[in-house]
Amino acid sequence: MSWLRLTKEGLTEWLRKFEKTYRLYGPVWTGSYHEFKLLQDPEEIDWDYRNTRLSPKSLFLPPAEKMFIYSLDPNDPERAILKEASKDFDPRIIVGIRPCDAYALKLVDKNFITPQYQDPWWLNRRENTIFVGYGCTEPCSTCFCSSVGSGPFDTKGLDVLVVNVDGGFAISFVSERGKELLRKEPLGARALSESEERSLQDKMAEARAAMPKLWDEKAVANRPLLDIFNAPFWEEVQFSCINCGTCTFLCPTCWCFDIQDEVWKERGCRVRLWDSCMFPLFTLHASGHNPRSQKLQRVRQRFMHKLKYYVDKYGDGVACVGCGRCVQFCPVNIDIREVMRLMVSHCQCAL
Amino acid sequence: MVKNPYKPYPVKIDEIIVETDDRNIRTFHLKFLNPEDEAAFSYLPGQFAEISVPGQGEIPIGIASSPTEKGYLKFTVNKAGKVTTYLHNMKPGDIIGVRGPLGNWYPWDKLEGSNVVIIGGGFAFTTLRSSIVYMLDPENRHKFGNITVVYGARNPGLLLYKEELFAWERRDDIVMHITVDATNDPNWKYNVGFVPAITKEKAPSSENAYAIVCGPPIMIKFTLPVLRELGFAPDCIITSLEMRMKCGIGMCGRCNIGTEYVCKDGPVFTFEQLSHLPNEY
Repeated sequence: MSWLRLTKEGLTEWLRKFEKTYRLYGPVWTGSYHEFKLLQDPEEIDWDYRNTRLSPKSLFLPPAEKMFIYSLDPNDPERAILKEASKDFDPRIIVGIRPCDAYALKLVDKNFITPQYQDPWWLNRRENTIFVGYGCTEPCSTCFCSSVGSGPFDTKGLDVLVVNVDGGFAISFVSERGKELLRKEPLGARALSESEERSLQDKMAEARAAMPKLWDEKAVANRPLLDIFNAPFWEEVQFSCINCGTCTFLCPTCWCFDIQDEVWKERGCRVRLWDSCMFPLFTLHASGHNPRSQKLQRVRQRFMHKLKYYVDKYGDGVACVGCGRCVQFCPVNIDIREVMRLMVSHCQCAL
Repeated sequence: MVKNPYKPYPVKIDEIIVETDDRNIRTFHLKFLNPEDEAAFSYLPGQFAEISVPGQGEIPIGIASSPTEKGYLKFTVNKAGKVTTYLHNMKPGDIIGVRGPLGNWYPWDKLEGSNVVIIGGGFAFTTLRSSIVYMLDPENRHKFGNITVVYGARNPGLLLYKEELFAWERRDDIVMHITVDATNDPNWKYNVGFVPAITKEKAPSSENAYAIVCGPPIMIKFTLPVLRELGFAPDCIITSLEMRMKCGIGMCGRCNIGTEYVCKDGPVFTFEQLSHLPNEY
């Protein structure tokens, strides 16, 4: 990777040049937590932030969005015909996204962009978005991205990577789309000096070393699904869960959604809304039968989906990026790292 | 812009048939408003569709018509929840939507050249009807060996597609075993007994045969051992699962059993496949 050196002001100035052609989003302090917001000016970005409370998935899969609109007016010749709700697919740059969160979107791509079906809204937003990522020189105590196929400077989901070092920034253009940005608007930057390069590498190595190793991909992947499904440790894992759904709403790789029709007088719309496998209604049949009526089944579903089903289905690692949000905000302290340890130790024992 | 897989084709309700004495099950014949939509809706027996009732929502329902029946789609709907209740009160001429075809189908490439045993119970006979009509079509009948059907309901009034059933009974290229759990009709000339018991009594041969079993869980539970005893291997026993669904295309996340989405990877599975998956259905 080749790096350039620039100041915070230089970076802000460069981003400003894209204001006319792109919508810029970045992490902004809201008073209680950081959140990705549409920026009026790139200066609003808080470069001292650790991570946002909610993951940026809502910029691709909004918590609630209209899919279709229709008329129910009996006199309308077009009544009951669904029409696509209009949407904003203007090009965007998301600045300051953490590498784990950007990688998470790539994992979710596997669900929404398949050979057979493509989710048009997810696809359009993915295609219209450029990522200027922000490397994690100071990972949180709850971070474990290096254990799950990502890392504090992982560029898999990024176009540009910025790292805060020695009172300024190092910047690297890692994808073709990133390089295109640089061609469009030249950057007032210079190459790193030898000592700056060394300082950057040291800092990156330090951050990587701070991350725990707690996953044994091979042991879990090789174990038959039903053996893990029927393991006794789920009883222990689920005990304190209150099925609040916080983990699924904060998780950058939880994509489950509901579809509902909403009607006001003679106008209706079909909306999709975030949903959660933690809720009993998620799987309740009209007959009253519920295949996951028990809390244990729902808790197991969430972890099995991320750590085993997804792995077996796509053969491309777990559907967790180690952002640690669920660890930080679970009201009863359920810790996915502990679940991973239990799973690994179960799988490392002989069958 | 890519094709939007959530967008239903507009259809008109052409005909509504009350199927059962309790009036809880109705069959809807739907006609496409646009001929190009009809051409695009190319399906095989075993697939389902999302019926879209604007203002109410969508429901996943097995396609009861056969692709050999042109000009309309047939869906038989049990009144159970919000959308189905509303649909039951709709009238011919009303506009709704259909999204599909969705899911996989009975393995017709494997079934060709084999004997086919169809076992159904209650209102889970819809895609089985589609299959029977499909196999009996003059274009297709020679592709299959013996066709044996065991179909039961709680009483005669709850059997679906009665006229067709009795017409098939009179044919010589299909063996029908129609049964009811009980009846007080003195003129009932078919079987009386539960589906597993009648299957055992009629003992269809498992030689070069596949069994397709659809019905309530209790029927499946007791029919499986009978089929195993008759010599059907788990990969020759096929079923179709039901799940709460929303998207129908493997994206919304709710209908999985283990790694498989019932909407996209199913709803048709063999019992061999199901034996490797969690029992969460």
